[in-house]
Amino acid sequence: MNNTSKLILIVLLAGMVVVSGCNKKNRKAEGADMGNTGVSTSGTGTEFGPDGKPLGDWQSGALADLLAQTQVYFAYDSTELDADSQAIAEAHATFLSNNPATKVVLEGHADERGTREYNLALGERRAQSVADVFVALGVSPANIEVISYGEENPVAEGHDESSWRLNRRVEIRYDR
Amino acid sequence: MKLSNMKKLAALLIILSGLMVNPVQAVLTIEINRGVDVGIPIAIVPFSWSGAPVAGESMTEVIEADLTRSGRFDSIPQADFLQQPHNAKEVRFKDWRLIKTDYLVVGSIRQTGATTYNVKFQLMDVFRGNTLTGYQYNIQSTKLRNVAHLISDIIYEKLTGEKGAFNTKIAYVTVEKTKKGRRFLLQVADSDGFDPQTILDSHQPLMSPAWSPDARKLAYVSFEKKRSMIYIQRLSDGKREKVASFKGINSAPAFSPDGTKLAFVSSKDGNTEIYVLDLRTRAIKRLTNNHGIDTEPSWLPNGRGLVFTSSRSGQPQIYRMNADGSGVQRLTYSGKYNARPSVSADGKLMVMISRGKGRFHVAVMNLRSKEITRLTDTLLDESPSFAPNGRMVLYATEQDNKGVLAAVSSDGRVRQTLRFLQGDVREPAWSPYLR
Repeated sequence: MNNTSKLILIVLLAGMVVVSGCNKKNRKAEGADMGNTGVSTSGTGTEFGPDGKPLGDWQSGALADLLAQTQVYFAYDSTELDADSQAIAEAHATFLSNNPATKVVLEGHADERGTREYNLALGERRAQSVADVFVALGVSPANIEVISYGEENPVAEGHDESSWRLNRRVEIRYDR
Repeated sequence: MKLSNMKKLAALLIILSGLMVNPVQAVLTIEINRGVDVGIPIAIVPFSWSGAPVAGESMTEVIEADLTRSGRFDSIPQADFLQQPHNAKEVRFKDWRLIKTDYLVVGSIRQTGATTYNVKFQLMDVFRGNTLTGYQYNIQSTKLRNVAHLISDIIYEKLTGEKGAFNTKIAYVTVEKTKKGRRFLLQVADSDGFDPQTILDSHQPLMSPAWSPDARKLAYVSFEKKRSMIYIQRLSDGKREKVASFKGINSAPAFSPDGTKLAFVSSKDGNTEIYVLDLRTRAIKRLTNNHGIDTEPSWLPNGRGLVFTSSRSGQPQIYRMNADGSGVQRLTYSGKYNARPSVSADGKLMVMISRGKGRFHVAVMNLRSKEITRLTDTLLDESPSFAPNGRMVLYATEQDNKGVLAAVSSDGRVRQTLRFLQGDVREPAWSPYLR
């Protein structure tokens, strides 16, 4: 198989994994390395953390997968982390506590239902839930910034649950 | 085609093009939904024109739309008119009694200079056969719409005993998608949505515009620095000042009725709480202190207290407190979500957003009897704002997948939608009376 065909095959495989991943509750972030997804590595430091730097060989593939997820989702009216969200938050917390110079921004959001100002507060509480996990696992509060956008920055604009559930989220952002 | 027919066609085209909405105005008023016709019957005769007609202006249409929108009047269709008088002397009262109108408005517009006009009107009592009131104005052509609103206010007050709110302004936020992303505009327009002026143009969200009691300033929340901050901007020259940029949320600004203080929400102390900023001394006083979300402060018209939204009992409900934060009292007990309260200027009514069966609608509470009336039956209503006479409520809602504004009379009888040509509109705030 020549190089072009190999490349096409890898891209197709990666595309299939990303598409199937979209159906799951936890979505892989757009920024996940297409080349690494679905391709096993030996964890020898070829994987990259969310800040763009190599992870280092103590990081497992599973942790890297969780770290690749930079969105955490919430039930309606809720600011609590479910088990999946908790796992993602803990993965990022682990990463951050091992990289004490790295700063993170937690952006909280809400779906469009209800009043805007109340949703601004709700978004902040969601981001704070994630921040609380970070601090509990040793991340310095000075490295965490919590910002709420309420319902002002939706990612999906439909007026039904298929859009609303995508908007009820906290985005974990690393400054580069 | 005969010459006379061509002239007629040309005249029709000119009139039609004059009636077309100027794209710069970007507002189209559509659909007045009426309940049972129990309003005061009134006939408004098209004012006579003398001189060059000003394109797009029809004072009669503005007056008719104003009075109908209030829910208190039913205007008699022009097709029923048996005569077209333009002043009191020309009126034959029996012709008006025949078509069962209680009142009659007649008037004339006369060009007096290159851009100046004289406007006269009279309001007649058809039963008694006399003139109730009449005024004349000498104005620039740019003020014709304002004068129409002034005339509506005079008619409204004469016939209902209440002050009219047609010669007022509304502030709101529009959102438009452009190639560079979303574009947010904070705009101020006439109470019927016409003649919008852009106050602020931003690529980041804008929220919660709030009028100062002298109607000269707007406070608002801007995300232009990538997080929420409160600004106060003077409308006359656009000069503005950032007044709250604490850590966390800075939002929900509300001027006190005497204009000296600004209530607002901050999470700087670890939780969303309500604070008051003294605009003279810049001292800040904290009003709420509990584990729930406290937000959406709105002053009582006597300035001695505020209503606000709090989740301290588990879900958002509406509470009242004194101006120093003491004496907290819960006001809403029905339903699991009541928020965004606002009290009418006479202190009698409180408008809010209530959730029922998953739908968010505008409701009004009589503060004395505590009785609640639902005003709308739409799904995603937000940001209700009273007219300064407490008789109409402006709010944001969704229609045909677009954000629109709607005005409903506070008895729920009449509703009118204001839709913008580009993008969505949201976050309306009705101005106080203009001085």
